[in-house]
Amino acid sequence: MPKSLTPRLAALNEEILGYAREFGLDFFETVFEVVTYDEMNMVASYGGFPNRYPHWRWGMEYEQLSKGYEYGISKIYELVINNDPCYAYLLESNADVDQKLVMAHVYGHCDFFKNNFSFRHTNRRMIDEMANHATRVRRWIDKIGVEKVEDFIDRTLSLENLIDQHAPHIRRNPDPKRAEDEAKANERVEGFKVGREYMRGFINPSEFLDSQRKKVEDEKQRSKKFPERPQRDVLYFLLEHAPLEPWEADILSILRDEAYYFAPQGQTKIMNEGWASYWHSTIMTRRALKDEEIIDYADRHSGTMGTRPGALNPYKLGIELWRDIEERWNKGRFGKEWDECDDLRARGAWDKKLGAGREKIFEVRKHYNDITFIDTFLTPEFAIEQKLFVYGFNDKRNSWEILDREFRKVKAKLLQGLTNFGQPIIEVVDGNFENRSELLLAHKHDGQDLKGDYARETLRNLQSLWRRPVNIVTRYDGKGVMLRYDGQNHSEKKVDL
Amino acid sequence: MSLKIHQDHSRFKAIVRGKIKANLRKYVQKGEMLGKKGKDAISIPIPFIDIPRFKYGHKEQGGVGQGDGEVGQTLGPGQVQPGDGHGQAGQGEGDHALEVDVTLDELAQILGEELQLPNIERRHNEKIVTQKIKYTGINTTGPESLRHFKRTFKQALKRQIATGTYDPKKPVIIPTREDRRYRSYKLQDLPETNAVIIYMMDVSGSMGDEQKEIVRIESFWLDTWLRHQYKGLESRYIIHDAVAREVDRETFFHTRESGGTMISSAYKLCRDIIAADYPKSAWNIYPFHFSDGDNWSADDTRQCIDMLKNDVLPNVNQFAYGQVESPYGSGQFIKDLREAVGDQNNVSLSEIADKDAIYNSIKDFLGKGR
Repeated sequence: MPKSLTPRLAALNEEILGYAREFGLDFFETVFEVVTYDEMNMVASYGGFPNRYPHWRWGMEYEQLSKGYEYGISKIYELVINNDPCYAYLLESNADVDQKLVMAHVYGHCDFFKNNFSFRHTNRRMIDEMANHATRVRRWIDKIGVEKVEDFIDRTLSLENLIDQHAPHIRRNPDPKRAEDEAKANERVEGFKVGREYMRGFINPSEFLDSQRKKVEDEKQRSKKFPERPQRDVLYFLLEHAPLEPWEADILSILRDEAYYFAPQGQTKIMNEGWASYWHSTIMTRRALKDEEIIDYADRHSGTMGTRPGALNPYKLGIELWRDIEERWNKGRFGKEWDECDDLRARGAWDKKLGAGREKIFEVRKHYNDITFIDTFLTPEFAIEQKLFVYGFNDKRNSWEILDREFRKVKAKLLQGLTNFGQPIIEVVDGNFENRSELLLAHKHDGQDLKGDYARETLRNLQSLWRRPVNIVTRYDGKGVMLRYDGQNHSEKKVDL
Repeated sequence: MSLKIHQDHSRFKAIVRGKIKANLRKYVQKGEMLGKKGKDAISIPIPFIDIPRFKYGHKEQGGVGQGDGEVGQTLGPGQVQPGDGHGQAGQGEGDHALEVDVTLDELAQILGEELQLPNIERRHNEKIVTQKIKYTGINTTGPESLRHFKRTFKQALKRQIATGTYDPKKPVIIPTREDRRYRSYKLQDLPETNAVIIYMMDVSGSMGDEQKEIVRIESFWLDTWLRHQYKGLESRYIIHDAVAREVDRETFFHTRESGGTMISSAYKLCRDIIAADYPKSAWNIYPFHFSDGDNWSADDTRQCIDMLKNDVLPNVNQFAYGQVESPYGSGQFIKDLREAVGDQNNVSLSEIADKDAIYNSIKDFLGKGR
């Protein structure tokens, strides 16, 4: 079982904690626990938590992690939970230099969790919450049976990505009184204000009043539509409107909660890992490293930063971007004057000695997420220096290849991959489609088609929750298609978009 | 130590093997990790269950990468990571992953399930026993070396508090004779089962490389299964042409001798090995013999059968003879054996025509559960 810090590790922690504070990092209290590699693999399989509801997919993660460890391919160094207090795990068998590195890295994460806006609405008592979820699910298993509960979880997992990642920041229920007033105001159609009574017929001709009335009618009609406007939080919609058993609704709400808890971490992966790496590097190289540890540290650090052509390493991309921002703001390489300077030599030597870099990055870590981070701070120079490229699949040669190194394309591809976690955007359009209680979803097509077989299987799972037939409108090869599953058969038909 | 995750883990494995939840079976996909074993790149299969979602095809999607290379240059296999992060990164540059690796125990389990092999009935389950000391309790008497200090002082403390002689300001505890506590133990019998496989192979001129390969594959599976059933399995290897000798594993599979075939030489050696090292009372014994069935003479065959009947069969769990088909051999030996000892229930005979027949042959050998 996890152990608390040995006196030796506690002393190291004290030291690193001091440096982290000295550099101005601001974090919740951070509790370190010492675990064996097996426990580490387990906790990592549970998504960082010591306790989750029983489900095979943790076992699947575990299989991957433990095999990777056994064959010396991968090893988890660091694990930290966004919670107050923050919990983090240290591997028992690691050398001191590794432990220091991990601690420094963890303080970077904790600072980010506490300060970045994306995490503002996350539950900071999630450890307890997860344990409660586990208990609730176990109780349902005892009552309903493991097969049924697990099947339901499997089906719901199929829909897990259908949440609205911005939902926590939106105020859902507008002030009811105001809404009522507006509704009332809309009901009466009086036309424009009339100063002289004889002008009424000219200012507000009856056709005009009629059209206004019709508009109000339409408005009313629209509000009867359900949902009123397209709803991206499909899970919530199901929770509210699908004919679920109490236990099903409970489990659905658990999975939805957890999905929302993890969403901000997905939205800030590059920033967060980059930030933590920036700080472990800064703390270690400026303060904590002893002479004899340098080689080991360098080995570990470069291992984390390694890149392969076909995958972006968020640690690497992140840390380089943070350093780039720091340097640019240190040297004043931003603003109108900088943008308009075409002289390469002048740009190369540009240094206004502003020294505002550190301040800038602390500000950025507060107000950005990966999308705005990349959008704002990725520069053409940076893309060239980091050798970024777009790759794609060549059907003729049946292989992946480098497609382009042009800055705009690289950036666009990068942003596309980050938008909605690189997942298609799906909305509930109608919960009473064709007035037959069918469900209609719409895929907001952005140039990429849905994977067809997956879409059909997903529809099948969705149908089992909704009970009535389900439909989704999407596009294939530019043409509108509606896929449908009625509980027995799949069908599709062309639609005009 | 048992972790909570193991329950989820075994459930996952059961799904992958198709034992439970057939509805998920269709989502099971083969993933792989690239690793290194010595110089070679190896591929470690990591099956995963891909829950369907609304998502883009990865091929359609592409992505952003980092590194050197001209536009149009191909990215090596294993370098592109599918969107969901399955199929973990390997450092291996290798273009060709050589092995597929599953732990041997896993293999044996799969083998057992595939072939529906019965678990082996042990002959000498309780015969050989080692004793193990287990500390089970606390006693008031015992040797000083087993004195339990903590319990002793606890007892003394209890007594002193009870009698009012304990002073918290000056917490001195002095155990008396009666306070002493000792660990007590019990001797536990641990049954231990031992097994030995004696492999015998005909390496006469008529056994070609293909035949030997069949033997090698088959013995690998037999070995895996028996190892799974017995802890501490021993293996002995005998090769023979006209004379037999004992060799190590390496030689067993790689020698190519030539010359005639006198099977009796091997059986004789086998008999001697059993007599010398593996008393019947303590061992589960499995002689496996592979040959192309082309013995030197009918006379030698008779000798073999005598030896089998009198010395080998009474001592072993199972005697197995696998006859590999060879273009040169007459294949007579198996017929003679079948006639002579075929009705004994600890004899399995199997003809292996080609590699595809290995599957059934293993079943012949192990299907009896002996």
